[in-house]
Amino acid sequence: MTAVAVAPEARVGPVQGLRNTATLAWRTLVQIKHNPFELIDFSIQPLMFVVLFTYVFGGAISGSTSEYLKFGLPGIIVQNLLFATMNTGVALNTDLTKGVFDRLRSLPIARWSPLAGRIVADVVKQAWAITLLIGVGMILGFRVGTGPLSVLAVFGLLLTFAMAATWISVLVGMLVSAPEKVQIFGFVLIFPITFASNAFAPTDTMPGWLQAWVKVNPVTVLADAVRGLLSGGAVAGPVAQSLLWAAILLAIFAPLSVWAFKRRV
Amino acid sequence: MTNAIVAEGLVKRFGDTTALAGVDLAVRTGSVLGLLGPNGAGKTTAVRVLATLTRPDRGHATVGGYDVVRQAHQVRRLIGLTGQYASVDETLTGTENLILIGRLLGQTRRDSRARAAELLGRFRLDDAADKPAGKYSGGMRRRLDLAASLVGRPRLLYLDEPTTGLDPRSRNDMWDIIRDLVADGVTVLLTTQYLDEADVLADEIVVIDHGKVIATGTSVELKARTGAQALTVRPQLDTDRDAVAALVAMVASGAVDVRGSLITAPVTDPGALAHLVRRLDESGLAVAELALRSPSLDEVFLTLTGHVALEDVPA
Repeated sequence: MTAVAVAPEARVGPVQGLRNTATLAWRTLVQIKHNPFELIDFSIQPLMFVVLFTYVFGGAISGSTSEYLKFGLPGIIVQNLLFATMNTGVALNTDLTKGVFDRLRSLPIARWSPLAGRIVADVVKQAWAITLLIGVGMILGFRVGTGPLSVLAVFGLLLTFAMAATWISVLVGMLVSAPEKVQIFGFVLIFPITFASNAFAPTDTMPGWLQAWVKVNPVTVLADAVRGLLSGGAVAGPVAQSLLWAAILLAIFAPLSVWAFKRRV
Repeated sequence: MTNAIVAEGLVKRFGDTTALAGVDLAVRTGSVLGLLGPNGAGKTTAVRVLATLTRPDRGHATVGGYDVVRQAHQVRRLIGLTGQYASVDETLTGTENLILIGRLLGQTRRDSRARAAELLGRFRLDDAADKPAGKYSGGMRRRLDLAASLVGRPRLLYLDEPTTGLDPRSRNDMWDIIRDLVADGVTVLLTTQYLDEADVLADEIVVIDHGKVIATGTSVELKARTGAQALTVRPQLDTDRDAVAALVAMVASGAVDVRGSLITAPVTDPGALAHLVRRLDESGLAVAELALRSPSLDEVFLTLTGHVALEDVPA
């Protein structure tokens, strides 16, 4: 072995940082090669929701299963999106507790690249899950009533929101002592938030006090935006409100996460 | 002769716990420094500070001439870290783990693949190259950990308890690998709670306890430092054990240690052996074994730290 004398540079440039990020995103995605079932695995629950809600509640809520899909499929996509953001926190916490993070931090790479690489990889997984859910919805009778550009806008909006909401998961991942606790926290937080929305049932069937919250719930506005973009209807209002929510979540949780990250490592 | 690592007055507190209470260290370029101490002595914290993972509260340290806090990035380009806490990704294969590190260090795809194959071959992991690291045995896992820290051909290597929890054969394997690295001119900072490991591998040993350096020197110097030789006596009859131990206590310069039928004690008085033999003779006690030898590092450590189990001393 030869000792290579390098003239060390003082810091990492942005280009190298992006390269580090791409390598670390590869690290997360290459795992799918060993365990292709993971792709189905993290989609099983939403797929069951699509099938069960459509056939069990669809008739009661919307009169027919195909009518319900127009309403319920966007809701289930949004719920799944929020649950999937928890994967980021679980994976970060696993890296912290298993020591992978320490190894990465001892390397001359951009300080932010492990976090960024993880988020990029999880966004790719999110895009896959959205595709899968829309695909299964179409098998069950869902039809896109708008155009391809609107479908692209759906992806853009959902992934933007996911990137903002992921910071909640990052914060939890930095604060708890074990990966399972991230999942428990996610379940306790996301389950009531997604059900106390119009994701699965129309707002006007709920009591007044609940309606007040449901109308501003980010899950409601995001689901409405997706409904509008996929099946036609109001778009501008719900999209603007969704982006506002994304900005609020980002503004609160990104700085908190960075603070927790610095404190933890 | 230059020092690759210099640390002065390192202090690190975690809440009420003082992990480092003013540690000074110097590691000569091309040598192996053994950082020896019990669990919780502060060894790992010291390594983490020198590996830029933890900021010291006070004191400073340089690695290869670069400050570990202000020039952390330059330090990271020089070091390789293997330890209880710096680990590989269990879901990736051996090859992928090494390619990941190579790519992060700026190697091309082809170079990182070649380097991975070379290291896996060198550490006898070629058969497991395409298996997830989570399925590796303990020994294989440590070898992969070490390989991962060598991808960038570091001039300085930190080995944090590299053999803790390994079976004797894997441990010997690891020792051979470390010796080869040292022969190649790599400077090594090794932490261990095993005295034989420090004895076998380290050119110089720093003994650390409760976050403080309590002794520094070569293994020979440390043994001489305590100024004591070890007296061991095994009575012929187990029933004589307490009586013999009491006589040993009269000539010993420190605490008497009784394990099974073997009685051990440090002695400094040159006449101690003759004295003990006379006493044994007068009391009519027969011994199966009686010897005076240089102390093991174990005994040196006990003498230095004073961590002697008092209940072992006969009343």
